[in-house]
Parts: sequence; structure tokens; C-alpha cells
Amino acid sequence: MSFEVDVILRRGEADVAVCFSGTAGITALFGRSGAGKTSVLDMLAGLVRPDKGRIVVSGQVLFDSALGINQPPEARGCGYVFQDHRLFPHLSVESNLLYGWRRARPDQRWITLEETCAFLGIGHLLARRPRHLSGGEAQRVAIARALMAGARFLVMDEPLSSLDAARREEIMGLIERIRDDLRLPILYVSHDRAEVERLASMVVQVG
Amino acid sequence: MLTPEEWGIVALSLKVSAVSILGVAPLAFACAWALARGRFFGRVLLDALVHLPLVLPPVVTGWLLLLAFGAQGFAGRWLGELGITLMFRWTGAALACAVMAFPLMVRSMRLSIEAVDRRLESAARTLGAGPWRVFFSITLPLAMPGVLAGLVLGFARSLGEFGATITFVSNIPGETQTLPLAIYAALQMPGSEDAVTRLALLSVALSLGALVVSEALARRMGRGHVL
Repeated sequence: MSFEVDVILRRGEADVAVCFSGTAGITALFGRSGAGKTSVLDMLAGLVRPDKGRIVVSGQVLFDSALGINQPPEARGCGYVFQDHRLFPHLSVESNLLYGWRRARPDQRWITLEETCAFLGIGHLLARRPRHLSGGEAQRVAIARALMAGARFLVMDEPLSSLDAARREEIMGLIERIRDDLRLPILYVSHDRAEVERLASMVVQVG
Repeated sequence: MLTPEEWGIVALSLKVSAVSILGVAPLAFACAWALARGRFFGRVLLDALVHLPLVLPPVVTGWLLLLAFGAQGFAGRWLGELGITLMFRWTGAALACAVMAFPLMVRSMRLSIEAVDRRLESAARTLGAGPWRVFFSITLPLAMPGVLAGLVLGFARSLGEFGATITFVSNIPGETQTLPLAIYAALQMPGSEDAVTRLALLSVALSLGALVVSEALARRMGRGHVL
């Protein structure tokens, strides 16, 4: 289970160029804001097309400019946890959770709604609308939604940045359990050194 | 309160407006989508064309419809071969209403499409939904209040359509005489002040009702409500 990323994205004045091979556990992308960390996640998820390079996750080629391979986002099995959680405002929490699950093939699903709720402690939120969730609750639901879509790996974009200290601690514990219990490879973006040191088994400097 | 003829006028007006709006809605949505999301050559021209009926004198729009859909017009001849004629028919009144209401519908729909957060669409893609699924499960439901508001606004506009209708299909009681045309005809006749008042009040009530519904729908936009 690993990342092999070697991509170049031309972006105005400063190009984003990263090259790394991640091992199991959490690989952190670390660097000042504006260095293009989120662009790297977008390239892994298929939301932004690199100008050149190759992305392989756990042996599956997601992008290869030389071979002309560019898997669409819906085929990548990438669980994206956004900084701004991006829950669908017109759907209940339960429908948000089931959104990806319903679209996944049965053999891609590896966690049920009950298991997800128990794991993340969100069972009591199912009937609510996203606008009635606190920041910490919304982030837990966003993580749950990514897991339930049958994600084979997670990319997380500063998932703690909008939370207070107590919630931060709580979500960090959760991410450690995803790493250790569920054994999902995680690519993690942050500009907080303490966060990165605690979570990551490997750090990639961007910019 | 109303005479049977006046009820007939109301029924005709509602029929003409409903048919015109429902008929033209798909085209209005497609135009709104192209203007909101499209990046193509001629976009500015399309934008101007769509808005043309809003600024042209209605009588000119009616005259252009006559040129196009009259017996000698290019569209009129083509429809004539199919056995369809719009001249002096209620269907022609519906066409005139559709053209006049088109810009308002496109504007409202376009705003609601532009207001949809595209980051939600990319989130849906990462969750396994292809472009069409994203459209039907995310974009359309989120834009729906604005789309419906556009329909209601277009409906209200077409209930009040006068200039293009009377120019294109004339003022024929029972066939093309909608509410505003009936008010105009009554005004020409001495001693029909009561009829004018009744029809005018009815017209105000219908338009006001449609505007209230449209405004209520527009307010739901962006708050994550879905009907």
C-alpha cells in the first residue's frame, strides 16, 4: 500500500513539482500556504490534470502522461476529505453518507453505515442537515462519507484547520485510528509542524 | 362575479401562458446552462440575442414573428407543410408569450446555476458519481428553486403579454384574446367600465400571486432547501 507520485503542474509563475514514494501509514505534505499542496491532492483525486508525470497508488496507475492514462475522479477510489468538508446541503447526514456508498460496486464497499457510525461516533447525527452540525461534527461526517464511498486511500486537506483545540485532539485521534485500525494509506496536507510530527511516518516538503 | 365569457378569457390566458412556459422551459434551461458554464466563441452574442425581446419594442418582436411564422415566412412555410399554422391561433399567442418571457426565465435560471458551489460537484465526483449523476443529484436539485422561480416569473410575464401577441395573432375573442387583449378591447367599447375594472383587478391578482410565489422560491435558494 503506497503512493508513487511524480508530477509537474504549470501554474502561472511557480510550477508545482513533487516527486515522492510514500510507504504505509500517513504521508504528510508540508510547506507554506500557496506552495501548491492542495493542487497535489487535487491531482491525486483527478480534479486537476497534471501537465506531466505519473501517479500510482497501491499498484494502480491513476495517471500517466507518457501512456495517456488519466482515470476520471469517480474511478480512482480516492476518499477526499476537504478543508471545508463540502457536505451536500440539500441532503441529510445519512444521505450524504450513502451518496458514495450507493454508487460504489458491492465489491468496493468495505464498511457499512452501522460500522461507520460506530467507528466515528456519528449515529445520533444521521437525521440532521449539514447546516445544523458543528465544525467537528461536520468533519467527522465528511471523513465517514469518504470511507463509505469505498475509498482505497484518503487524501486530507488540513482537516483540523477550522477546529478548536479540543475538537482538533479528537479528530487527530480518529485519524490515527484510521491509520492503525483500517490501514488506509493517507496523504495529509498541513502547515502545522506539531500535527505533522505526531501523525506522519513520512514528510514531503512542498515548495 | 365574472360572466361566462370572462371566465373563458381567464381560462384561455392560463392555457396560453402554461403551454408557452412549459414548452420553452427546456430551451431556456439549456441557454442558461450555456451562459453560466459554457466557454465558447459567440457567448456574448448569445447573451445579447437572449436579452433582445426584453429591450425591443414588443410590436417589433411581433412583426419579426409574423415575418418568420407567417404563411410566407421560412418557419411558417416549413410548419405549413406539416399542416401546422400558428397565425391567428392560440398556439401563436403561446409562441409570442414564450419569446417575450424567455429572457426573464434565462436570467433567473442562469443566476441559480451560477450560485451552485462547484466545489460540491467535485466532491461528488470523488465519491464515485460521473458527470451526469452529479448534474442530476447535486447541480439540478441545488439550482431547482431558482429554476422554478424562473418558470413562475416567465408565467407572470406571459400573462401580461400584449404587444407581440396582438401584432402576431391579432385580437380574436375565444382564440387569441388573452386577458390584456380583452381589457384593451373592452376599453374601446363605451359603457364597459365595469368589465375593465373586473378584468384589470383579476390581472393584478394573478400577476401579484405569481410574483409572490417566485420571490418565495428565490429566497429558498442557497439555503439548501429543496422542494
